[in-house]
Amino acid sequence: MSDGHHEELGFWRKYVFSTDHKVIGIQYSVTGLAFLFFGFCLMMLMRWQLAYPNQPIPLIGGLFGDARAPGGIMLPDFYNELGAMHGTIMVFLGVVPLAVGGFGNLILPLQIGAADMAFPKLNMLSYWSLFLGGVTMFGSFFLEGGAAQSGWTSYAPLSNIAPSGQTAWLIGMIFLITSSLLGSVNFIVTTIQLRAQGLSFFRLPFFCWAQFVTAFLLLLAFPPLEAAGVLQLMDRLADTSFFMPDGLVISGEALDISGGGSPLLWQHLFWFLAHPEVYVLILPAMGIVAEVIANNTRKPLWGYRAMVYSVIFLGFMSFIVWAHHMFITGMGTAMATFFQTTTMIISIPSVIILTALLLSLWGGSIRFNTPMLFALAFLPMFGIGGLTGLPLGLAAPDIALHDTYYVIGHFHYVVAPGTIFALFAGVYYWYPKATGRKMSETLGKLHFWPSLIFMNGIFFPMLIQGLNGVSRRLADGGATYDFAGAVGPLNRMQSWSAWGLALAQIPFIINFFMSLRAGEKVGDNPWDATTLEWAAPSPPPHGNFTTEPVVYRGPYEYSVPGAENDFTPQTQEG
Amino acid sequence: MMDLFFPPGASAHAAGIDRMVDWVHVLMLILFIGWGAYFIYAVARFRQGKNPKANYKGAKGSASKYAEIGVAVAEVILLVGFSIPLWADRVDEFPAESDSVVVRVVAQQFAWNIWYPGADGVFGNADPSLVDEETNPIGLDRSDEAAKDDITTINQLHLPVDKPAIIHLTSKDVIHSFNLPNMRIKQDAVPGLSIPMWFVPTKTTAEMREELKSKPRYADTADEFVYEIACAQLCGNSHYSMRGFLTVHTPEEYQAWLDEEASYLGGGEEEDFWN
Repeated sequence: MSDGHHEELGFWRKYVFSTDHKVIGIQYSVTGLAFLFFGFCLMMLMRWQLAYPNQPIPLIGGLFGDARAPGGIMLPDFYNELGAMHGTIMVFLGVVPLAVGGFGNLILPLQIGAADMAFPKLNMLSYWSLFLGGVTMFGSFFLEGGAAQSGWTSYAPLSNIAPSGQTAWLIGMIFLITSSLLGSVNFIVTTIQLRAQGLSFFRLPFFCWAQFVTAFLLLLAFPPLEAAGVLQLMDRLADTSFFMPDGLVISGEALDISGGGSPLLWQHLFWFLAHPEVYVLILPAMGIVAEVIANNTRKPLWGYRAMVYSVIFLGFMSFIVWAHHMFITGMGTAMATFFQTTTMIISIPSVIILTALLLSLWGGSIRFNTPMLFALAFLPMFGIGGLTGLPLGLAAPDIALHDTYYVIGHFHYVVAPGTIFALFAGVYYWYPKATGRKMSETLGKLHFWPSLIFMNGIFFPMLIQGLNGVSRRLADGGATYDFAGAVGPLNRMQSWSAWGLALAQIPFIINFFMSLRAGEKVGDNPWDATTLEWAAPSPPPHGNFTTEPVVYRGPYEYSVPGAENDFTPQTQEG
Repeated sequence: MMDLFFPPGASAHAAGIDRMVDWVHVLMLILFIGWGAYFIYAVARFRQGKNPKANYKGAKGSASKYAEIGVAVAEVILLVGFSIPLWADRVDEFPAESDSVVVRVVAQQFAWNIWYPGADGVFGNADPSLVDEETNPIGLDRSDEAAKDDITTINQLHLPVDKPAIIHLTSKDVIHSFNLPNMRIKQDAVPGLSIPMWFVPTKTTAEMREELKSKPRYADTADEFVYEIACAQLCGNSHYSMRGFLTVHTPEEYQAWLDEEASYLGGGEEEDFWN
C-alpha cells in the first residue's frame, strides 16, 4: 500500500494541520495531558480552601485579584468556579481527549493494520473542534464574573441565571461535543472498513473493541446534550424558558420570563449523556489494561470472548441507567425500581470484565515493568470505585449518600486511580511505538508508587466523610455544620496528599520529555508483543506499515505450547 | 457497623436505611477482601522470577462463575428485599394528613422558609408578586382568611416527637436539596414542583443530647447538639452556609412553641394597625 511516492508536506501541514492519525493522536494526547495538569492545578487550589477554610492562600494568594481572593482568601464564587471547571476540564478536556482522541487515534489504526483513519480530514476537524472548545473553556476564566460556576453538571435554573462564564461553557461544550461526534463516526467506519486481511472481529485486540463500543456511546449519547446545550443557550440569550418554570423569584425580584419550562428536563438530558460518558471514560481504560496485562503476563487474556460480549452489553445498558443520578428529585417507586434494577444489571458485565482481568493473572509469568504496575493497580482501584457505586445505585441507601463526599470518592476512584492510572500505563506502554524510545523505568517507578499512595490518601477519606453526611460542593468543606465536624480534620490529610500527588508527577514530566532525547532506543517490538501495532516500525512512517499486514491468528497468542518464542505475532503465518 | 460513621439516627425509618447501608458494605467488603487476597496471591505466585514460563491455558475451574452468580444473587436480595420496599415506604406509604404535622418548606438562596398552616390547619394563598425579602419572603397573602394564622419562620423547623411530619417541599429560585442527616432525609427542592416527603422523628432534641453524652465522639459537644438542615445541592455562592435547624419537642413543648409563635403574629398585626 505504501508506494513510496509522497509529496513532501511543509511544516504546518505535517505537524499542525495534519491529517495523519499519528500526529493527530499525539496532538490529542498532549492537549489531554496539558488539560489534566491544568485541571489538577484548579483542584490543588480548592484543596487549600478545604483544608484551611478562609485562610489566605500562601505564596500565590495575591495573584487572583480582589474579585476572586481579596487578601488571598478564596471567595465562595471562586471556589465554585474552580469546582465547575475542574470537573468539566478533567472529563471533557483531559480524560476523553487522551483516552479516545489520543490512544484511539494513535493505536487503533495501527492495531487493525490500517494506513490511516477512514476520514483523515474529518479527523483533523475533530481535533481542531476540540482545540476551539479548549480555548473557549480556558478563555472563559478571563470573562467578567469568571468561568462557569454551577458545577460540571450545570443544573438549571442556577446555570441559567449565572454570569456570562456559563455562556462560554455552553459554547465550549458544543465545540467539544461536535469534536467527539466527528471522531466517533471515524472510529466506527475505520474499525468496520479498514481492518487488515484476516483480522476478523474476534481477532481484534480488546482495546479495539473497547474503542469501538465507546465510539457508539459518543455517537448516540452526545447529541441530546448538544441539543440541551443549545436550549440552555437560548434560555440565556434569547429569553426562552426551556428549563425555567413559572413563578421564579430571584433575590426578591419576580423574574420576567415566559416560564413553563422544567428544570428536571435539563437533568434528564444531561445525564442521558453523562452516564454513558462514564463508560466513555472507563472502557478505553479497560482496553489499555487488557493489552498491558496480556503482554506482561505472557499469556492470553482469560475469557476474551466473555469480555467482548460484556463490553457490548455494558455499552447497551449504559443508555438506560441515567436517572440513578436523580433518585432524590422526587421519583416514584416505579421509576426508582426501573433505574436501580438496570443499575444492578449493568454491574454484572463490569464484574465479569474485572474478574476476567484478575483471572488472566493466573498461570502467568508476570513482568513488573512500569506499564504493568499501573495496569495492576487499576484492578483494585477500579474495584473500589465500582463497589462504592453499589450503595449509590440502590435508591434507599442513596437517600443517605446522595450528593455527599461518598459520591465524590466513588467516581474519583473510578476515574483517577482507575482510568488515569490506565492512561499512564498506556503512555508508558506505547511511548516506544510513538517515539522509537523507551521511558525510564526508574523514573516510572518513582512516579507510580507515590502516586498510588497519595491517590488513596485523597480519595479514601472522602468515603468516610460521605458516610458522615458531608455534602459535596461546600466552599468551606463543611466547616459550617456541626455534624461534619468530626471528619473535618481529614481534609488536611487529603490536601497534603493532593500536593504530594503533584510532586509525584514531577518524575513523569521529566521522564516524558527527557526520554524523547535520552530514552533507550528500541526496535519495532520492544515488549515482545503480539498485536499489529508492533509489526510497524517505531515510530511508524506515513502510511504506517512497510508491507501490508495479513493476520493469521487471535490477538494474544503468548506462550503457545510448542512455539519457538513466548509470543506469536498476529502476522506470523501457520 | 456504619454507626461508626453515620450521624446518629433519630427517625423511625433511619434504622432501616442504616441496616441496608451496612449490608451493602458487608457485600462490598467480602468481594474486596476476596478479590484482594486472590490478587496478592496471584501476583506473588506468578511473578516472572518464580514462574519463568507462563501457562497458555491459564485458570481452570468454574469458581469465578460461582462468584459472579453469587454477586448477582446478593444484588437481587439487596434490591428486592431491601431497597425497593424501603423506597416504596418513603414515597408511597404516606400517613394520613389528619394524623400528621403538615409543613411547607420553601427553599431560596440561601435560607429555608418554614411555613405552618396555623390553628385552622389550612395554608393560605401565596403569590410571587407579594414577595418581600425582608418581611414576607414566601409572598403570603395575609388578606386571605386562611393565611391570617399561618406561621412562617426562617431556618427554624419545629416538630413534635413520635408524630409523622409531612413536608411539602418547593423552591422559589434554583434547585436546593433538603438534607436532614440525622433523620436520613434528603429531597431536592425543585422550583415549579411541590414534592411531598415524610418521616417520624423519634428523639427530642433534649433526649438526643442526653444520649450523645454517653458517646465518646460527641460527649464534649453534646449539650450544644442541634439537628441541622443542610443544603445538599449546589445553589449558588452561599450554598455552603445554607444551614437550618430542626428542634424536636415533646407534644406539650411543641404546642407551647406554636402558641408563642401565634402570639407574635397578633403582635405584628397590632403594629400594622398603629402604623
